[in-house]
Amino acid sequence: MNRFDYVRADSVDAAIRAAAGDPAARYIAGGTNLVDLMKYGVERPSLLVDITQLPLRGIEETSDGGLRLGALAGNSEVAFDARVRERYPLLSSAILAGASQQLRNAATTGGNLLQRTRCYYFYDVATPCNKREPGSGCSAIGGRTRIHAILGASDACIATHPSDMCVALAALDATVRVAGRDGERAIPFGEFHRLPGDAPERDNNLEQGEIILSVDLPPDRFGPHHTYIKLRDRLSYAFALVSVAAALRLENGAIAEARLALGGVAHRPWRKPDVEASLTGEKPGRAAFERAAAELLAGARGQGDNDFKIDLARRAIIRALGQAAAGKPQSQSHKRLEP
Amino acid sequence: MPQTQHVGAERDRVDGPAKVTGHARYAAEFPVDGLLYGVIVTSSIARGRITAIDLDAALAVPGVVQIFTHRRRPESDWYKHDFSDDVAPPGQPFRALYDDVVHFSGQPIALVVAEEFGIARHAATLVKATYQAATPETDLQTVAHYTPPKARNGIAPPPARRGKAGDAPLRVEGEFRTPFEYQNPMELFAATAVWDGDDKLTVYDKTQGVQNGQNQLAKIFGLKPDHVRVVSHYVGGAFGAGLRPQYSLFLSAMAARALERPVRVVLTRDQMWSIGGRPATIQHVRLGAGPDGKLQSIEHDAVGSTSRYEDQQENIVNWSGLLYPAATTSLGYKLGKLDLVTPNDMRAPGAASGVFALECAMDELASEAGIDPVELRLRNYADRDPAEDKPFTSKELRAAYRLGAEKFGWGERNPAPRSMRDGHELVGWGMATGVWEALYVPHTARATLTADGKATIACAASDIGTGTYTILTQIAADALGLPMEDVTVCLGDSKLPTAPVEGGSWTAASAGTAVHIACSELIGKLLEQARRLNDSPLGAAGRDDVVLAAGRLQLRGDPAKFVTLGDALRAGGLDHIDAEGSAKPDQSVAEKFTANTHSAVFAEVKVDAELGVVRVTRLVIAVAAGKILNPKTARSQLLGGAVFGLGMALHEESMLDHRFGRFMNRNLGEYHIPAHADIHAIDIVFVPEQEDHLNPLGVKGVGEIGVVGTAAAIANAVHHATGVRVRELPITIDKLLPGL
Repeated sequence: MNRFDYVRADSVDAAIRAAAGDPAARYIAGGTNLVDLMKYGVERPSLLVDITQLPLRGIEETSDGGLRLGALAGNSEVAFDARVRERYPLLSSAILAGASQQLRNAATTGGNLLQRTRCYYFYDVATPCNKREPGSGCSAIGGRTRIHAILGASDACIATHPSDMCVALAALDATVRVAGRDGERAIPFGEFHRLPGDAPERDNNLEQGEIILSVDLPPDRFGPHHTYIKLRDRLSYAFALVSVAAALRLENGAIAEARLALGGVAHRPWRKPDVEASLTGEKPGRAAFERAAAELLAGARGQGDNDFKIDLARRAIIRALGQAAAGKPQSQSHKRLEP
Repeated sequence: MPQTQHVGAERDRVDGPAKVTGHARYAAEFPVDGLLYGVIVTSSIARGRITAIDLDAALAVPGVVQIFTHRRRPESDWYKHDFSDDVAPPGQPFRALYDDVVHFSGQPIALVVAEEFGIARHAATLVKATYQAATPETDLQTVAHYTPPKARNGIAPPPARRGKAGDAPLRVEGEFRTPFEYQNPMELFAATAVWDGDDKLTVYDKTQGVQNGQNQLAKIFGLKPDHVRVVSHYVGGAFGAGLRPQYSLFLSAMAARALERPVRVVLTRDQMWSIGGRPATIQHVRLGAGPDGKLQSIEHDAVGSTSRYEDQQENIVNWSGLLYPAATTSLGYKLGKLDLVTPNDMRAPGAASGVFALECAMDELASEAGIDPVELRLRNYADRDPAEDKPFTSKELRAAYRLGAEKFGWGERNPAPRSMRDGHELVGWGMATGVWEALYVPHTARATLTADGKATIACAASDIGTGTYTILTQIAADALGLPMEDVTVCLGDSKLPTAPVEGGSWTAASAGTAVHIACSELIGKLLEQARRLNDSPLGAAGRDDVVLAAGRLQLRGDPAKFVTLGDALRAGGLDHIDAEGSAKPDQSVAEKFTANTHSAVFAEVKVDAELGVVRVTRLVIAVAAGKILNPKTARSQLLGGAVFGLGMALHEESMLDHRFGRFMNRNLGEYHIPAHADIHAIDIVFVPEQEDHLNPLGVKGVGEIGVVGTAAAIANAVHHATGVRVRELPITIDKLLPGL
């Protein structure tokens, strides 16, 4: 761990001022990922700006009937918030699928969006990694790739985004509200995280010094027709090999609207609006689900160890859409996968 | 034993309160004045030479006291001395900071010592080494396989081939693979070294053998053994990782000696991969049987990994010649040298890997023969050791099969794969046999009894979390007729009576017997005093005529005839009395008998028929291990073993990147062991077993048997559920999906 300066910000503006001029500054809230990365020497911040005292903790109604999750609202607070459980059970479920209760108690909404890949090579400073050291090369390609991307990867990086919560937020069409030196802006969730391309060092589209204020959820549209399925190498406390967030709005026995997002397979939650659109008007059933799975996974490519994830994702999508259609979402406390 | 008020009964751990309240001190927790903190820098390459280490930036950090490397270390004869230890395999043991040669990735190449831990850790990140790297070889499949020229002490090479290969009507054959596994005990390896002058040394170490560390330090530093004290009162798990002294022990002592101040060295979790673990294996098993399932031939060949500098060996294949008789028995064991740290003896070394392969092959034979897996094993039951044609000291494996099967409900099993379902989950029932050695090795213990009726038991053995403190307390309390609260057991200190490392599941039997004998000797000495009294009521009594109970030495048949402890001591002018006792294995027993623990493991899995997710919903392990001293702590041992085996079956794998010769998942987030959610019902059945030959207590030990066979039972259950044979551990989704 390197030496760093530390300031505690007492306002959003002060936080931005403290961090904006220094590319090596980092905001810290729960620290559940950042502190680990500092111990590994992956993150070497010059300055930590402690934002835990900022007034960003609340969970509030929005004027359009949605819900605003403050950037500092804890993962557990969100998951167990009565409004979230009632109106956005998909989000609650996805959060509870991740990490451990202790980590969820410490981790924040904004921090969850900003957690970094769990790629072994990113964590190991003895191996080249373009995400950690741009231009040094990608060691994962040709290496151990069990937890790596099958979609949207580049020659520079095959890392995945590890969040469960973000997969649900992508499916729910959330908006990320951020502030920087030039004021506030809103980023649609699908545009928040990036694909690696030739700049894998950038996980997302935040500008230097920008801070997340909240994640805003639009009004609920899916009722009980949702699910979050997470497949992993043990039944708890492991990152997803593949996860699926699915939500359906059914009208007269047909799909009126569909949302489908994958986790564990790409550098960001993987969604394709055209695949969702193609489900509209379909009768929910295996044939439609298989077609959607094939379309969502079009172009998927394995790296060796992770070839199986293509087939696993296909099966998981079909299962998830089935659960959503039946209105029988996956329980995250009972580890038996629902039919 | 004369009285058994506590022995054989469930008793809480006597060290439990100290542990849960934080009063139990571990190696990195002993407060020491003037302490310095050492942080280890490790190599990023797996093979080659260090060409330079740039220390300028690190040395410039205020608070850094010294940095040791192979070029900056005390010039002394230490490195010429013998670094081997009680359990070292043949070869040249690794010597930290010896020279510029890199033997494995993660090898310690520098020790940064500073006034504060944070300073040392920061400075360690500033140490920059450059290397002349060579291409590492870490693929067991592709390296040369050889028979180790020198056998490791205590590890018998495979017996000579017996019989000729025939044409058995039924044949099964398979290649099995097990990965590198690492113990990862909760407590990190740590050592705190304190010198008194330049010839007396105390180290608080994490170890399974304080005297093993003591002897190694004495040899290296040229000290009298009784001038070296290694203390390890409590161990936060070890599972074999602490059998050999780790480099943290030497480095802390070396640095403390050079700097003339106490030094503490604590490994990081990442560095726990630099101390060895379970070697990877590639195994071939071929079984031949008649139509009745009776084995005609057993062929089991294994290759295990070792380092380039030591021939670590374990018994992987000999179990196959022990468990079942066959006219033809051909067992082979070879090693492959890899550019990795020497493996160590991870819980149930050899048996965990080898019995997995054998017992999966037996399941395949059962399928092939159309015989129930339990019935197949009964038909091939060995009433005598088939390898050496000797009787067993005791063997209630037949009863274990029966009791385990009853508890599990095995009789309801439909033998056809994929025949049992629970909704969309495929249900599989599998079983396997487990076996481990029943070891009994020399130990010495001292019992001391004071006039106030309090006893102290002392033995250098370690309690690595198994319950040793508790069972020794029970044995002493019964022998001396005391409540357990009046017995204090002292362990884990090299100045105490001699004990070997705590391993091999031998401590309960061996230390337990030593304590039992010490207490008996003590009573004998007390009787001598009591007989000195005028008109002693015990004047004519012999040792076997008396017992000690409630502070009275009394006649066994006539409790009214007694001498109080106080009177007996006063008669000799004593304020206490003590005696030593030694467990001394009788060689003739080993010549006449074979001694093993056995188990029958039954597993139920439920596998999502489409997604391949495996849940082990039930485990029943019926264990025949002689006398059970404390069913509560023994059960905990076996539950832990079962979870260990479950992790082996489904989760554990240190993933190597051969390009770097480096394990890539070196943390507990990515090196998976079972989480709570993975553990469902586990039943332990103690099979009554009368053991009359091995030791006076009739104890065999249960530390390792819970692991053996568990992975095979689960793999067999997965096959029964899905029809998919997975012969390479761990059984992960990717290996099942193509067959679903």
